[in-house]
Amino acid sequence: MSIEVHLWGALRPMVGGALSISVEAKTIRELFRVLSNQYPGMEPHIKRGVAVAIDGKIYRDQWDTELPETAEIYLLPRVPGG
Amino acid sequence: MSMDADLVTKKFKVIGTRVARPDGIDKVTGRARFGADATMPGQLVALVLRSPHPHAIIKKIDISKAEKLVGVKAVITSADLPDYTNGDRGMLDILENCMARHKVYYDGHAVAAVAAVDVTTARAALKLIKVDYQILPHVTHVDDALKADSPLLHTHIVTQGASPEATEPSNYNKYAEYGHGNIELGFKDADVIIERSYKTEQTHQGYIEPHSCLASVSPDGAAEMWVCTQGHFVYRNQCATLLGLDANKLRVTASEIGGGFGGKTHIWAEPLALALSRKANRPVKLTMSREEVFRCTGPTSATSINVKIGAKKDGTVTAAFAELRYTSGCFPSNWAEFGAMTAWACYDFKNVKSVSKDAVSNRPKTAAYRAPSAPMAAFAIENAMDEIAKAIGMDPLELRIKNAAKEGTKSSYGPVYGPIGIGPTLEAAKNHPHMKAPLAKNTGRGVACGFWFNFGGQTCVDLNVTPDGTTTVAVGTMDVGGSRASLALAVAEELGVAYKDVRVIVADTSSLGHNDMTDGSRGTFSSSMAAIFAARNAITVMRQKAAKTWEIPLDDIVWEDGHAKATGASHGNLAPLSIKDIAGNAGATGGPIAGHSEIVADNAGVSFGTHIADCHVDPETGQTKITRYTVIQDAGKAMHPSYVEGQYQGGAAQGIGWALNEEYVYGANGRLQNPAFLDYRIPVCSDLPFIDTQILEIPNPHHPYGVRGVGETPIVPPLAAVSIAVTNATGVRMTHIPMSPPRILKAIKTHRG
Repeated sequence: MSIEVHLWGALRPMVGGALSISVEAKTIRELFRVLSNQYPGMEPHIKRGVAVAIDGKIYRDQWDTELPETAEIYLLPRVPGG
Repeated sequence: MSMDADLVTKKFKVIGTRVARPDGIDKVTGRARFGADATMPGQLVALVLRSPHPHAIIKKIDISKAEKLVGVKAVITSADLPDYTNGDRGMLDILENCMARHKVYYDGHAVAAVAAVDVTTARAALKLIKVDYQILPHVTHVDDALKADSPLLHTHIVTQGASPEATEPSNYNKYAEYGHGNIELGFKDADVIIERSYKTEQTHQGYIEPHSCLASVSPDGAAEMWVCTQGHFVYRNQCATLLGLDANKLRVTASEIGGGFGGKTHIWAEPLALALSRKANRPVKLTMSREEVFRCTGPTSATSINVKIGAKKDGTVTAAFAELRYTSGCFPSNWAEFGAMTAWACYDFKNVKSVSKDAVSNRPKTAAYRAPSAPMAAFAIENAMDEIAKAIGMDPLELRIKNAAKEGTKSSYGPVYGPIGIGPTLEAAKNHPHMKAPLAKNTGRGVACGFWFNFGGQTCVDLNVTPDGTTTVAVGTMDVGGSRASLALAVAEELGVAYKDVRVIVADTSSLGHNDMTDGSRGTFSSSMAAIFAARNAITVMRQKAAKTWEIPLDDIVWEDGHAKATGASHGNLAPLSIKDIAGNAGATGGPIAGHSEIVADNAGVSFGTHIADCHVDPETGQTKITRYTVIQDAGKAMHPSYVEGQYQGGAAQGIGWALNEEYVYGANGRLQNPAFLDYRIPVCSDLPFIDTQILEIPNPHHPYGVRGVGETPIVPPLAAVSIAVTNATGVRMTHIPMSPPRILKAIKTHRG
């Protein structure tokens, strides 16, 4: 299943500057695994923490969450709190 | 994790009531134990030697005389804290911040620490430590730190995200950008364009309780620590890493907390206390002075922000741009980037862009402060909204309503919004009596919005029913803002018992699985969710015990009003079993009654608020008096309305202090000039009016009761709301926070020419 993944600015240099990429993944865990394999430069970001917005809902930890084919998928920095 | 959508609209029995807080009596009578109240037999007193220089190489440290002083049991330097971080640069930065290794990066940076039998001996020992410094040029202001010829702090920092790619080291550690559309085309469509620059000074969270910990490391490597923190599990993990301990060997107990607001999400002195205890083989207590708290813990960023906004005369904003420059103190972070993400998040603009530049400087390492980075961004953005509204002759509140983000809006940080609450807070502000109240002479009114990302995180709850049928709940998320009361209400609601029959404690790190710290407005949101699930699991256990007692199928038993009740015609004569009945017979029905929940409470939902401020400005002195203040925010469901109101009021009070008085003042020598509450003035009761609140309850579909986090968003709008009110009172746009009387007088005089 191919999904369109939108990237925040810091990740774009690792994919040649593209705003979004097409990825074969069904869950957040699979998405991160594919991104780490295909774009090694993303691995440090994923290890530090990347949040995934699925139709506007922000997931920071639940890597089992499914990625619907028609959903808007956005990768975002993991924002801290105070 | 299951969600029962029906509960979002259910009628509650105890949720939403204003019960007495469980920690209230202990706190007002002095019985509550804060960080510095922990004691152990034979404990030593620790003091830290700190650099008087903002930037210097440590050529040599001689501790020999201090070690020989009678009563001194241990002296440590960075040599006693070897690098166990295994290439993790972020952890090494934390270690280096706790104790300087080769260089000092700010006034107050720790260079050595002593543990002695009493404070007099410890003070004498500090004087015997000789440090040979090679003083280096320093930089404290963010715009100076970004200059190419700025004194370089670190040789390993090369700007991330810059285009073209940076290759040389600098203090400029990160560039990022967010937005969509084409702002150049958008500005061409504008009838009016406003450009302005803003500055905010560095502020401290100002928690009343200084950092304190008591550490005890045994020769076998097992260790205990009692500490004031927002996250004892995170402290446990980080200290274990830095000390080279297995995490299970370090048991950390959190004390009551006298305020944190983000400043107690980082470790500062705890590794030093542990290292001293390990070296001395005695318990060691390390309590910071107020001066140390200001100089050596983590304030928020000082910022410099440029904003450009264009609009048509009908109020359509055609383009919006902001460049945000934040200092992270002496170690790199992303604070400006988080400001860029939040900057325009309240609005629905076709063309919007924000860029961020993070820089290191010779200031203490910046820490989170309640909705970190968002208040400064909101200050600049909301002033720009106010100014352009006036330029096109439109009411600023109407401009915000016209351009407010809504479900389906593409947010300025990327994703499309689902259902959100900015519109209802703006409409509530428009209809609030405050907006119609007359204003006295030299008084202005300001309205501003704010946005923050809430989150949930890893959370554990253990619920146990005692043999007498009362309930204890152990939670690992620190109670910073009243979560114990809310958890007790949630468990009482689920079990169908009285609030007084539920006692909630914060358990130590050896009692529960990992819990994230209390930040991101997650405390009540996530731990109440876990408590609800734990209670439901315990109900299942109690139904099973009732089934055994009655020797009937489990499916024939329901739980209602604190009782197991048999259903169906064949069991109609069975008298309901209370929790007390079931608990008293627990041994004969399989053992103790417990319910557990270990969850990740993701998808907390974003948060919005709108504030209204009235400010009187004395034109002769420049002094500002807040005459009326109203906070409007969506709480989803207010489990304990008094605590929610307290969060709204507390955020507003902190934001007012930030707006009017609070400021780190550095001298030309790079030393902090005002590390005390006498010179760093936070608001006191007599400075503030009653802060009115309006709680909106738009249920969050991702919590069983509809709860949203409420702790951080209240500090986002005040800088903007107060500055706009002062602008309206004086007729001069206020662009520099804090608006202290001299700064206001200077602005008025400059404006008058």
